[in-house]
Amino acid sequence: MYLLNREQRHTVNTTWMIISLLLVAFLPFLLFIGLYLKSLLILHDHSLFDLIFSKTWKPSIGKFGFYPFIVGSIWVTVVAMLITAPVCLLTAIYVTQYTKKFFLRIMHPAIDILAGIPSVVYGLWGILVIVPFISRYLGPWLGIKTMGYSILAASFVLSIMIIPFVLNILIEIFRSIPTELKEATLSLGATQWQTIKHVLLRKALPGIIAAFGFGLARAFGETMAVLMVVGNVVRLPQGVFDPGYTLPALIANNYGEMLSIPKYDSALMFAALLLLVVSLFFNLVMHFFIVRYNKY
Amino acid sequence: MRRVQKIEEKFFKLLMILATYFILVILAIIIYSIFEKGLKSISWEMLTQVPKGGYYYGKGGGILNAILGSLSLAFGATLLAFIIGLPVALYLNVFLIRHKRVIGVIRFLLDLVWGIPSIVYGAFGFSLMIFFGFQTSLLAAIFTVTLFILPIMIRSMDEILCTVPIGLQEAAYSLGSNKSEIAFKIFTRQSFSGIITAVLLSFGRGIGDAAAVLFTAGYTDHLPNGLLEPVATLPLSIFFLLSSPVPEVQDRAYASALVLTLIILIVSLFSRGLGKRYHKTKINF
Repeated sequence: MYLLNREQRHTVNTTWMIISLLLVAFLPFLLFIGLYLKSLLILHDHSLFDLIFSKTWKPSIGKFGFYPFIVGSIWVTVVAMLITAPVCLLTAIYVTQYTKKFFLRIMHPAIDILAGIPSVVYGLWGILVIVPFISRYLGPWLGIKTMGYSILAASFVLSIMIIPFVLNILIEIFRSIPTELKEATLSLGATQWQTIKHVLLRKALPGIIAAFGFGLARAFGETMAVLMVVGNVVRLPQGVFDPGYTLPALIANNYGEMLSIPKYDSALMFAALLLLVVSLFFNLVMHFFIVRYNKY
Repeated sequence: MRRVQKIEEKFFKLLMILATYFILVILAIIIYSIFEKGLKSISWEMLTQVPKGGYYYGKGGGILNAILGSLSLAFGATLLAFIIGLPVALYLNVFLIRHKRVIGVIRFLLDLVWGIPSIVYGAFGFSLMIFFGFQTSLLAAIFTVTLFILPIMIRSMDEILCTVPIGLQEAAYSLGSNKSEIAFKIFTRQSFSGIITAVLLSFGRGIGDAAAVLFTAGYTDHLPNGLLEPVATLPLSIFFLLSSPVPEVQDRAYASALVLTLIILIVSLFSRGLGKRYHKTKINF
């Protein structure tokens, strides 16, 4: 029935497992090394400081200043987190502390669907709903002239995209807090909100910070949806109604022409390297918050 | 004092209810706008034909090339990720079960890799492709997407496999099984539904992602006909069609988005259904 005997099969299976494991374990390092080697060309001519803080982006004359893109990315990410953070925190407290179990059973598929919708579809939705809403209603209402394609539109779409991600972590965290802690506080005469404010939130704080950090990292690297609604204008945004440009959008938008201009591909790989480093850094820091949280 | 507390209590409860319903309402709006726009412009022709001449100016044709392209890309990548991913997840939970620290490090690395944006994989895949002298092709795209969904697949399998009770493992050892038999015969059977869920989850991720394949898949109006040919994908076709100034062409983007969303919804429904069905093979303690 089998080609090999038991011992041989064991050896084959084990080798296969170890090779796969090594491949996966070295993946982050491989990514880093690959992108670093590719961006060496641009790092050779320009200093790191120059690349990050120079404001001129003119690849045709060899000027690669990533500052507008970095600032654009930070704007979009921070504004998105300002929307996501309170919404997720309040929802997570509500579904874990106030509602019956069956409500969570409604919420879970809803979160799953939100998480499953591809980013292109989010972008399309942003173009269909959010961009016209901003240009027709929100902008005029606030007395601002805007195209609709703006930092705000991108942030809003992005905030919806990372809600399922952040919310799932927060729900897990609030559920893992022991009930005795709550009961003890309630029995001392605290109201439910006081319990949440003084006990639950304090207990969950490292976890909450980690959840937001993970969300932030995810938002920073999101490409397609942002690309479709952010406006893609290379300049420093002055406010949320201005169009902007983000690092991932820069990479995605220019893949067609990057081989025709010298060093352009190297510059784009450097942008990818930046994204990788930011993402690894955030995840690393947040991981230690989670570890600290689990210790208590 | 009491009164202030009561108002505070009510106020925050109201805020929480608002936040929760905000999420549900937004989800409803998204689903509604995709279906409303998509159903208007979807037709039998769109699903069964490839683009004809002048398709991008509003003439006849469909998105069959993108549908089949996306499916073959996602199938290929899921299969490859499964071949690499399952052994890793099993190895963690059978072979390394006594080395908590090593497991911790590997899980941590996997979480790191999971957090990396898909565009970075796209760029990496592209430079790898250039390095090996490949053209944009289905194969290059499959490799890129595999790297991207690998951590997702391993971590979700891992979540299931680590719930397999140690007693089951000990029982198998006492009957004379070796480690790889325990891994492939006992653990896979015990967590079958979870593994299927993990596979389908990764499939959904793979089919929906555009940034990873932007550089590596290329685009073509023909049906996929070989691993070394460029291939069209649904997310990219949505992206390209939407950037057209012609309204009829934009309508097609809405229809494609509906198709993509439906595929993903069906896959996720399917994974729930299958998960329930295969609970039978599981031994309950």
